Amino acid sequence: MADASNGKPKTELLDELEKGPWPSFVKEIKLACETSEAPKDLLGQLELSYKEKKGHWKHGGLVGVLGYGGGVIGRYSDLGAQFPKIAHFHTMRVNHPAGWFYTSAALRTICDIWEGHGSGLTNMHGSTGDLVLLGTTTDQLEPTFQELAHAGFDLGGSGSDMRTPSCCVGQARCEWACYDTMKLCYDLTMNYQDELHRPAFPYKFKIKAAGCPNDCVASIARADLSLIGTWKDDIQVDAGEVANYAAAGLDIQKEVCSLCPTKCMDWDGKKLAIENHECVRCMHCINVMPKALRPGKERGAVVLIGAKAPIVQGALLSSVLIPFVPADELFETLKELIARIWEFWDEYGKSRERVGELIQRIGLPAFLDGIGLEPAPEMVSAPRDNPYIFFQNVQGGDK
Amino acid sequence: MSTTLQPRLTDIGPPSYDKFLHPLVKKNYGQWKYHENLAPGVLCHVSESGDRIYTVRAGTPRLTSIQTLRLFADLADKYCGGYLRFTSRNNIEFLLDDKAKIEPLKKELTLAGFPIGGTNNAISNVVHTQGWVHCHSAATDASGIVKCVMDALCEHFTHEDLPAKLRIALACCLNMCGAVHCSDIAILGVHRLPPKIQHDVLPRVCEVPTLISSCPTGAIRPKTVNGKNSVEVLEEQCMFCGNCYTVCPAMPLADPENDGLSIWVGGKVSNARSAPKFSKLAIPFLPNNPPRWPEVVEAVSKIVEVYAKHARKHERLGEWIERVGWPRFFQLTGFEFTRYHIDDFKHAGLSFARSAHIRY
Repeated sequence: MADASNGKPKTELLDELEKGPWPSFVKEIKLACETSEAPKDLLGQLELSYKEKKGHWKHGGLVGVLGYGGGVIGRYSDLGAQFPKIAHFHTMRVNHPAGWFYTSAALRTICDIWEGHGSGLTNMHGSTGDLVLLGTTTDQLEPTFQELAHAGFDLGGSGSDMRTPSCCVGQARCEWACYDTMKLCYDLTMNYQDELHRPAFPYKFKIKAAGCPNDCVASIARADLSLIGTWKDDIQVDAGEVANYAAAGLDIQKEVCSLCPTKCMDWDGKKLAIENHECVRCMHCINVMPKALRPGKERGAVVLIGAKAPIVQGALLSSVLIPFVPADELFETLKELIARIWEFWDEYGKSRERVGELIQRIGLPAFLDGIGLEPAPEMVSAPRDNPYIFFQNVQGGDK
Repeated sequence: MSTTLQPRLTDIGPPSYDKFLHPLVKKNYGQWKYHENLAPGVLCHVSESGDRIYTVRAGTPRLTSIQTLRLFADLADKYCGGYLRFTSRNNIEFLLDDKAKIEPLKKELTLAGFPIGGTNNAISNVVHTQGWVHCHSAATDASGIVKCVMDALCEHFTHEDLPAKLRIALACCLNMCGAVHCSDIAILGVHRLPPKIQHDVLPRVCEVPTLISSCPTGAIRPKTVNGKNSVEVLEEQCMFCGNCYTVCPAMPLADPENDGLSIWVGGKVSNARSAPKFSKLAIPFLPNNPPRWPEVVEAVSKIVEVYAKHARKHERLGEWIERVGWPRFFQLTGFEFTRYHIDDFKHAGLSFARSAHIRY
């Protein structure tokens, strides 16, 4: 099967994916052949998958590093005899730095460790946010882990544990961040190291921190606990800059006011008037005129709960749990809230039931009772429209 | 298993981001005032202090070799003091304090095969999963389809020429590690046949109660086969989600000829204008056709083309469809509307048209 010139297998189908303007993952796998034998067998097996339209990975096994239950995804080829270099090909999830910031030195450190112990292939990054080291053997897991640890990196989450929290770029490089997403993400990650490394929950639990309602980390779609920055007071307006946008040709009435979801703003050709108490903080006007409009000064976050992809009972978006937490109270509030959520979920959640599905099953009112939160109208898009009310503690009557 | 490194370290957590921030970022942390878009893929953030940081964004294949990461590190050293980051959509960003270095960096990145763009009203990089490269439950490959789709749409990555931003995502099975369910365009690998139960293996490798409770529709029942504990599947209740296979390897449902792709449209996560929403079914099934997946590329390109032509400025794909109506979407794309488009899972009635508002 091997091509005599370079030891790489023949990959007629995969070679098609080196053509075209978009960067090629096939080229990446071939590059990695310079420093490891495993990518050669990966190419061989993948070529076969392309021919047969079928994957050749077996169900993960229980592999990991000493004392952790998460961070390593076991992976074995079902063609181990044919492709011995990827017979074991486990993934290591490395907890990324908040905001995915690196220095060239840090990247090179990771590369050097991975060259020594694995395939040289990575994902920058995995779906949850981790730096993914793709493919090594069981005996290399512990040495890789310890070299990473001595270089200042730790593993991320996997299985039924707290998954690696992630956040948007936040105040490091965005004027819209209504709280310090990177600090919160880091603080939460450090605070829950045990929960992150040692799966003890009914299922996975993801936390994502977005600095504003644009939600660049998709927290509302992907996190069990979604933190979305917002503000309480008025949008900050620089009238001079509004005029500059108009002078530069922006049709403020058409492109800003008429697309406002609550129609809370008006432009009379000179002045932009905003009914701030009707504004839902959607970000559209600010997105269109970033030099003229900014979030208010009384900043914090909405806390939402329950998002997940379809498995098991259907996809969910997160819904409002706390309408506003001031930025400087976020960490302490969240620690208390998370403790109550986990305690309730531990007690009542079924195996492989995400917290959003638990809420669907038992009802949001019961969940609120369970974690000790008062109901608020911000939690629903509308009150119930059916009369099937489970009244509680009604006094009197014939009993 | 032994290690020479002492002491053995655990639970140290990730390195603090502090160590990796450009000095200008550190100095102006929380002080950014506004930003400008200098060109596709090039942002300039301006601080209250007047400091400016420039960002150059390029697409990566996500599956990246250490050789390419070292190239990125070299470029970061050469142009921006070694400071770089990745985005939530697998782009790489170089952070520069010297405006004069933007063009040379762009040139080197482009020459190395990494397109510059993905900002504002462009198609950003495609969030995707492992596929045949590294996953056991994949109904299709992930990186390969992404490559083919982006080869076709690369011009929309390097040019901000769409009505609004457009987010494409791909998941190679219903597990949706790529959480594609709120994307403008989602490509989703699907199985279409029930699991083929391996009765001889099942009792050894699976817990029957866990397996039974894994099924969202209650289609799995206990059954004794050849005197051993196993299960049966009520096939008419199976919607091929693969959840049973996730908990029990003896329930494989991959099938080369019948697995394929579905296409979903109109989702978003941003709160801008309209609320976040799920993607809805556009095409229930396309064949799995490596190495270039022409049917998928054609369908996605068609959606982008129709959207670009008909949507108003600032309208996301889903917002446009809601304004003009789903019948118009199917008419303009030429996609067939079938019985599969009508929800028949939980809360299905919520998606029925419960008014006489009909566009003719």
